[in-house]
Amino acid sequence: MTMIIKQSKPSVLTHQTRLGDDEIFMAIDPETKELLYYEDKVDLSQRLILLDKMLLVENGAISLHNDKQDCYVDICSLGVLDLFVDNFDYQHLRRHFVKGLLVDDIMGCKIFTHEIQSSYAARVDNFRSYDTISKDIVQRWTYPFVPDVRYLGNGLQIKLDREGIYKAPDVVQSRSAHIDAFTVLGNATTVGDNTKISNSVIGQGCIIGHNVVIEGSYVWDNVTIEDGCKLSHALICDGVHLREGVILEPGVIISFKVEVGQNIVVPTYSKVSLLPQPSKQDSDEELEYADTNTGAIESTSMATVMNTSKLDFTLGTLDAKISGKPELQGSGPGYIWSSSEGGTEEECRQSIAPIPAGKLLELLQSKIYDNNAPDQDMINTPASGELLPDSESTFGDGDDDREYVDFEKEVEATFQRGLTGVEKENVILEINSLRLSCNMEQADCAGALFHSIMKQALVAPYSCKNELYANAIKEIIKWGDLLKHYLTTADEEFEVILKFEDICLGTTRDFSPLFSNILTFLYDKEILSEKAILSWAQEKEGADESDKIFTKQAEQFIKWLREAPEEDEEDDADD
Amino acid sequence: MPDIQAHVNDFVLKLKRRKIEGSQATARQTAELLRAVVSHQRLPYTNQALALLDAVRDVGEQLIAANPVELAVGNIVRRVLHIIREEDLTSVASAVDGLGLSTNSDDDDNFEHDDHPILSAAAVAATARSTLRAPSLQTLLEGLPESASAPRPSSSGGDSEGKSKSAERKKLKHDVIEAINELIQDIETCHEQISEQAVGLIHQNEVILTLGRSKTVKEFLFAANEKKRSFRVFIAEGAPRYQGHVLAKELVAKGLQTTVITDSAVFAMISRVNMVIVGAHAIMANGGVIAPVGINMVALAAQRHAVPFVVVAGTHKLCPLYPHNPEVLLNDLQCPSDLLDFGEFSDCMDFSTSGGSPLLHVVNPAFDFIPSKLVSLFVTDTGGHSPSYMYRLIADYYSTDDFVVERRIKS
Repeated sequence: MTMIIKQSKPSVLTHQTRLGDDEIFMAIDPETKELLYYEDKVDLSQRLILLDKMLLVENGAISLHNDKQDCYVDICSLGVLDLFVDNFDYQHLRRHFVKGLLVDDIMGCKIFTHEIQSSYAARVDNFRSYDTISKDIVQRWTYPFVPDVRYLGNGLQIKLDREGIYKAPDVVQSRSAHIDAFTVLGNATTVGDNTKISNSVIGQGCIIGHNVVIEGSYVWDNVTIEDGCKLSHALICDGVHLREGVILEPGVIISFKVEVGQNIVVPTYSKVSLLPQPSKQDSDEELEYADTNTGAIESTSMATVMNTSKLDFTLGTLDAKISGKPELQGSGPGYIWSSSEGGTEEECRQSIAPIPAGKLLELLQSKIYDNNAPDQDMINTPASGELLPDSESTFGDGDDDREYVDFEKEVEATFQRGLTGVEKENVILEINSLRLSCNMEQADCAGALFHSIMKQALVAPYSCKNELYANAIKEIIKWGDLLKHYLTTADEEFEVILKFEDICLGTTRDFSPLFSNILTFLYDKEILSEKAILSWAQEKEGADESDKIFTKQAEQFIKWLREAPEEDEEDDADD
Repeated sequence: MPDIQAHVNDFVLKLKRRKIEGSQATARQTAELLRAVVSHQRLPYTNQALALLDAVRDVGEQLIAANPVELAVGNIVRRVLHIIREEDLTSVASAVDGLGLSTNSDDDDNFEHDDHPILSAAAVAATARSTLRAPSLQTLLEGLPESASAPRPSSSGGDSEGKSKSAERKKLKHDVIEAINELIQDIETCHEQISEQAVGLIHQNEVILTLGRSKTVKEFLFAANEKKRSFRVFIAEGAPRYQGHVLAKELVAKGLQTTVITDSAVFAMISRVNMVIVGAHAIMANGGVIAPVGINMVALAAQRHAVPFVVVAGTHKLCPLYPHNPEVLLNDLQCPSDLLDFGEFSDCMDFSTSGGSPLLHVVNPAFDFIPSKLVSLFVTDTGGHSPSYMYRLIADYYSTDDFVVERRIKS
């Protein structure tokens, strides 16, 4: 079978292709153009692909590409059909069929690729690709399949008019309307005064009122848009009626025949339809919704928006089977489909609207941070170098911190289990095994355990810091032995102190005023030795002001420690 | 006719998908298709010409709508319509002459109860004949007695009438088809006829400049070369298709000294050139030329340096419309992948990260419009003409009724 591919560079920031899919990694033999490796669901946080070294043995050279776009056009031999007869449970053509064939040695089937240069091929399978491919067609990359050539033989002759606007016959356009280049206006459409239309495709028979701003949107046939509306990056299907002053935020999709009332602002990435959202949730969640009759949590934002529109509306009664909510939007009913799996992350990747600038900045910054973090050598890659097509590599992470966080979580979970009555010895055993499996030090264990204990202190309700102090004391007393088990050397205690600082600074600020008190208590309980505390104070001498907050707090105690060590020693010596 | 409609649909589809390249090929295939339409058309007893005209206009409108950029299609359709009208008139004229001038009669009575096409066309024929021939005193005087002496069909015998009628009917179709054959012949041999004039134009030791690759220009240069004229050729490559490279190879194969330059170098090299010879996509009624992109620049350079600018084109490229006519699409924006590689620039066209508005546009116009004042000479298969004369040729080849090819609304 031959796959048609086309060069199309993915975005460096978002790691997705122009068409909204994730980057595809392919290994191709440069001479025979055979496809040797195909991966479309790469875990980008790992930044790791595993290739079978047998590939290099069989083929003289391999070229790896991540800038190819899969056109989803395949030229198959008759044998392909036979394969499908035998294995009828291929659900996804690429993930199951292609990858299966690539790994399969028995059948010996080969997949080749063909790269097209000046021709154009692409598949529309989400809203982002709909938008991109529409823009490519309007920009004539798909010549002669362009709006002003009646390639398929139907429809009226659209003319590419002056200023690069595609106009069908019988378009009535006001003199003051401002239409930018690369816009398509369908047959018998009327455009009102002072309207601005840019980068959009308008269908047949639309009536667009005055002072409307349409930007980057797709308006299908027979739509009525009244005066003063603002559409940006929206998709509006046939027969929709938008009343005056409606504002559609980027990424909105309005389905067939919906009427949107006056002055309503439809929030970003929402889908409005006359039909209820097909429910993919199980019965528990449905019952949840049935209980809350008014103001379900997701649609509070919508409710507040509705209130500002100063219109009378009534929330329809909730049917147990419906997961969306019917809203009367001024004059017509409709459902707002909530964004389900993936949340807003998926929405903005595959929406018509471009990714918002804030998010791009965020991605850029995280990218810079990643580049600065030291790259760890891949010491923990599996030694055999087997092809692991579907595994997510958990070894050889470049990021050390993440591992620690995972470990900490595990320790906390173990601790929680310990709370429920598991024997301390068992808890110790578990933590030890965790330490071995995650390749951690004793100090890390101690730190993690301390963290868990402190968190536990927070669980009990408290109203002022004294009570918190009391809680903390209680917990430390309870679990002091466990902690001591791991605090065998001063280094580990040092680590615990640092950890405590982290906690105070980061996660639970409530502890900060109590720092020195708890430190004192820990010393009294002989969990922390003075040596550790003193070396910690020593260390902090040379640090910045911001780091010295806690040393300042504990200054009294430290001073006392310094002055009175002989006493303790003498005491000990005496005893 | 169902089978002919299938052919028409096929051709329309080919035109829509831009599968046919070049005006000559398009013109020839259009003419052949219209010939088939004419031969398949069943003609009624009366008003044959009208029926033919309607049929051809019907098909013609579909063809023109399929590819409005290719003006040769419209030209040929109008030529065929003109042929039909012409043949109709000449057959009427010969019929009138044949039957002889019998009696003067009261026009009204005779005219009313006859359905003979000749009579109704007689008056038309007389006035039209005067336009077919150059107006002279002779024809003007001839016009008057002709209309007065209308033959009486009822006086002639029935059989001879029937025979003459059927003969005429067949004759009309036959004549039209013959004329269309001539037209096809003209289209196919236009290159030879144009090339014959090459010797008169290109003299010894001349330097010729051309842009891109025009078949007509190529044949023109070959003909001059055969007649042992020694000349050199500068070829501007003709971005983005770079057909100039292909022409360079062909000229070198024939032993001509060739220099290849970029389009942007034309102004720099024009002073070394004696004459510019280019082909055209279409010639408008006012003498303006629609030519491949870049030739307007060459024309301006030629004017600046007083170099003669010669356009060679067959008469099938002569369009009776004026450039200001809204039906005429002066340009065709083609695929931008001729200019830039899509893959290389795909990151400039990533709409998700660039705020949704495409920042990079790539435009690839196929044609240029050259105003008639920049053209020195037109060389067509009927000879060399100045731009101001082109409108006269239109009257020879087209009828004014056909300028707008529209299906007549049948009441």
